[in-house]
Parts: sequence; structure tokens; C-alpha cells
Amino acid sequence: MALVEIRDVYKSFQRDTQRIDVFSGLTLNIEAGSFTALMGPSGSGKSTLLNLIAGLDKPTRGTVTVGGAEVSAMTAGQLAAWRARNVGFVFQSFNLLPVLTAYQNVELPLLLTNLSKRDRDERVKIALDVVGLGDRAHHYPRQLSGGQEQRTAIARAIVADPTVTLLDEPTGQLDAKSSQEVLTLLQRLNDEFNKTIIIVTHDAHAAERAKTTLHLEKGDLIEKPRVAAAVGSR
Amino acid sequence: MKYLRLVVANLGRHKLRTILTILSVALALFLFASLRSVTTTLAATAQFGGARRLVTLNATGLVFPLPLSYVNRIKGMSGVTGVSWANWFGGRYGDGNTFFANFAVDPESYLAMYPEIVLPDSEKQAFIQDRTGALIGKRLISRYGWRLGQNVTLQGTIFPGDWTFTIRGVYTPTDPAVGDDVLIFHHEYFDERIGRAGIVGWYIVEIADASQAPQIAKSIDDMFRNSSSPTKTGTEREFQASFATMWGNVSFLMSTIGLAVVFAILLVTANAMMMSARERTGEIAVLKTVGFSDRLLFVLVLVEAGALALTGAVIGLGGAKLLYPAINFNGAGFLPGFKVTTSTLIVGGLVAVGLMLASGLVPALRAARLPIVQALRHVE
Repeated sequence: MALVEIRDVYKSFQRDTQRIDVFSGLTLNIEAGSFTALMGPSGSGKSTLLNLIAGLDKPTRGTVTVGGAEVSAMTAGQLAAWRARNVGFVFQSFNLLPVLTAYQNVELPLLLTNLSKRDRDERVKIALDVVGLGDRAHHYPRQLSGGQEQRTAIARAIVADPTVTLLDEPTGQLDAKSSQEVLTLLQRLNDEFNKTIIIVTHDAHAAERAKTTLHLEKGDLIEKPRVAAAVGSR
Repeated sequence: MKYLRLVVANLGRHKLRTILTILSVALALFLFASLRSVTTTLAATAQFGGARRLVTLNATGLVFPLPLSYVNRIKGMSGVTGVSWANWFGGRYGDGNTFFANFAVDPESYLAMYPEIVLPDSEKQAFIQDRTGALIGKRLISRYGWRLGQNVTLQGTIFPGDWTFTIRGVYTPTDPAVGDDVLIFHHEYFDERIGRAGIVGWYIVEIADASQAPQIAKSIDDMFRNSSSPTKTGTEREFQASFATMWGNVSFLMSTIGLAVVFAILLVTANAMMMSARERTGEIAVLKTVGFSDRLLFVLVLVEAGALALTGAVIGLGGAKLLYPAINFNGAGFLPGFKVTTSTLIVGGLVAVGLMLASGLVPALRAARLPIVQALRHVE
């Protein structure tokens, strides 16, 4: 059974008097432990698909199931609790809270759990060490480089050990060197920690790091998933 | 508690704005407490008065005198145990701009009728025996650095000239409504200086049974109804209340100003809270993405508003409660026993809670109802 199951999903938006159909019967599966890149031109529905998987948005019709839970049928309250346990989300523009340190930003998802202060502390330190920012724990976002900010955001996304980690253009605002660092980190999370990663990207180089690439165009999956040969091909 | 750091961090985001908002709430509640205390003090003053004391005035008004000859006729009435009299003087001290209450009394009968005026017996006797002596409240000692035996000169306003008195006693009132910054002196000396003996401002009548007050008051007024100076008699409490009702419109005005100030500050605080919430639209969306529920975000925003309102309330109400006793405030003698009561603090606290709800509710609801995807579109 796939970790993420998208079944006959329709999604449309109303913009003024115009109805925009993003998906019309989209169906796809994403396996647990996979590293999937979603590619496609602007307006193809990549980010909308990511939002549906994260439970940030609901399909107009059809079902979205993640880890056996039907996300599309949950109430707002149930979704919030579900996201806290199951989803790590990374944004293009990092979106760290500027008034909190890197440590405090990473701790945010853990505040929603019943973990003790000591356990939270331990987990935050591990997450920051994994992304290589153990020594930047008490820096504020303004004191970090773009790459460091994005790595902090990744630490925040993985600290609660979610079912799936979703990244929306994570390298979109980074220079080449920082992009490589972030992509290498994502590969490591997938390879070493078996994290299921879904990344939306325009960048073909970024997509090459994924094991699977899905191409969307006007809301349709236009080709069969490309599965990377092996680690050696990256 | 684990979310407290988030609230504190958000309040520290724009420190100057937070400080100014807290100060504006503090100022509003300080003014509210001060203005309300004026009305509660006036109301408390109106409650002052021995149950067994009546006051007889000229029926035409307080500024019209009564003949001293009434004293024996009142004394002779059934149920009356004592009569004293007094006259408003209205002198000013120093450069002529300094004012405190001062009036002429018949010393022996007056002090006998007011056990609330407490002073050593030796000073009491010294005052009674010195025709130009004065008895003063203890506050005047601390305010002007006077001492026993010192000569003090008042400038008469209603009764012109320099009036010099020797301080013979300092009293401490057991009831704050009596006032501790009053100067009283001999009516006899007053009569002599103005050359108008046989005239008094008002009578104070002591009766044996408080329950007989209405009948005795009516009897006194009936007795002088057809004279050249008809009287109007009531309990001392009614007399004080009539002074307070002279402030009636002022009390209403003060209450209105107090509410207007609080309302104005409410708008300022609400605006600050809404600005703060609007600026954080993206961050609220991020918190929702992380898993913060609508309800939790509603509470967090409301707690922020509460922290602002309650900190302001503690400073404003606490400031009023501590400041006035520290400076011995009594409204230049017009507000004896002025104090910020517990009820004022409670009402002020409720105003602060109302302020928190009114200023925090809209931003809190907005945060709770914020659609994540649309909000993220603003920041992505």
C-alpha cells in the first residue's frame, strides 16, 4: 500500500467570476521511503498537490490518503492535530519566525506534543546536528545565511519525525552552493533515515537528486514516473 | 507555560510599540481610577455625619446668615442635647493662592460635638483659652512646616484684611471625611473683627435619639418659619450630601471623561493589536502549517492582548493606589479622605479585562479563521 494515495482528485478555484480547474481526476501513489520530485511549469498544480497532501487545502472531489488516514475527510481541528504528527513542511522563503532563535523555531512542532522539556531539548539538538547547525542553535534567523535558514527550516520539518516531509521549492531562493548543501541533506535524510520526501521544484538539477520525478502539466500527470537508476546516477 | 515564550517573543517584536501601548493603557486606567475616586470620595463624604447631629441653615441658602439668638431657643427644645455654630471664612494663605478650608466656630461646644477631632487635652485647653488661637489639622503641619505657638496670617477674601492666629493645637481626625487640613478659630474673634456680632453661618444641633431627627428638624424649622430668617434643618449627612450634589454634574462629567478616555485607549490598543496580527499573517499561516490549531492561535493572540492590557492595568491602577497616599492628596482640601478604593481597583481590573477582550477578540478571530493557503500566498 502506498504512503500517499491521490484518488480521482478534482480541485478548482474561483477567481472573481472565473472558475479555474487545477485537477480533473488526478490519481497517483507515492511510496513510503521515496524521494519524489514534482516538476512542471507554473500553474501546473505542483504546489496545490503539495498543499492537498499536507492537508492545508481540500480537494473539490476525490480522496487524499496519507499513511492510511483520509486527509480530505478531516475537519480543520483534526487536520491541525494530524499535521502536527505527520507532516513536515519546508517553504521556499524559509518562513522562520524572526523573533525566535533557530533552536526555538525547531522546537515549535514539539510544543504541540506531550514531550517533556528535556525530551524536546534532546530532539531539537539532534535535528540541528543532523542539518549541521548544532553550533547555531541560539542564532536568530537574521544572523543566519539563506542556506542556514533553510537547513533550520528542514530541522523544524523533521524534528517531530513526521510521516512525510514536503518541500515547496526549497532551493528557489538559494545560491548554487547552498542549494547543493540542502539537496545533499535531503538525500541523506532519505538514504540514512528513510524519510519520505516530496519536493516541488523547477530546478532540473534538484529533481535529479530525487529517486522519482513526476511531471505535471495543467493538472495532469503527463508521463509515467521516472525512477532514478540508483544512487550512482545522482 | 511552554507557549509563554512565544507570547513574550511576539510582544518583544516591536518593543517601542509594546511599551507605548502598555503606557497608554496604564495612563487610561490611572485616569479612570483617579476620576472614579473623585466620585467615590464625594459619595463617601456625603455619608459622613453623626447620626445624632443636625445642621440648621438659613432657608434661603448657605451664604445667608442666621441670628445667634436662635441658639437658646433651639437648646430649649425637647430632645436637643447640645447646640454649636460655625461660619465659613474662606481665607487664603501665603501669596494668596494657597487655599485650605477654614472657618470660625464656638470652640467648646464645637469640639464637644465632634469626637472625631482628636488632640491632646492640653492643646485643646490652650485653643479654647486663646481668643486668637487656631486649631489645625495635622496635614497643614507637614505641608507648611508650621509648629505649635507659631503665628499664621490668612488673607480674608469674604472678610478682607490680614487675620493672624496662633496655632494652639493640632488634631488628627478619626474619620477621614472630617479632613485633616482644616483651620478653625474662635467665632468670638471673628465677630469682633467684622464688627457684626450675633450672626452665625449655621448651627449644629445634637440630639439624644437619632430616630427623632425628622421630627426635631421639622420642629426647628416650624419654630422659625415666620421669622425674618426661616431655617432649613436636616441631618448632617444630608448637609454633606447637599455639598456633594453641588458636585453632581462634576461627578457625571468625570465619569463621562473617564469612559471616553478608556474608549479612546481601547481604540489605540485594538489598532496596535490588529496591526501586530496583520503583520504576522504569514507567520500565523506557518504556525498553522506546523500544526497549531485555530483554537490555540485564538488563545495565544488573546493572551498577547491580555498581557498588554493587564500589564497596563497593574501599572495604572497600582500607580494610582500608591501615588495618592504617598503625596497625601486631598484635592486642595475639597476631597478629604481621598483614596482609591478596592471597588475602584476591581472595576478598573474589569475594564482591563474588557479592554483585553475588545482589543484582542478581532485579531484573535482573524488569526483563527485565517485560510492557510491564501495567507501563505502572501509570503511565498
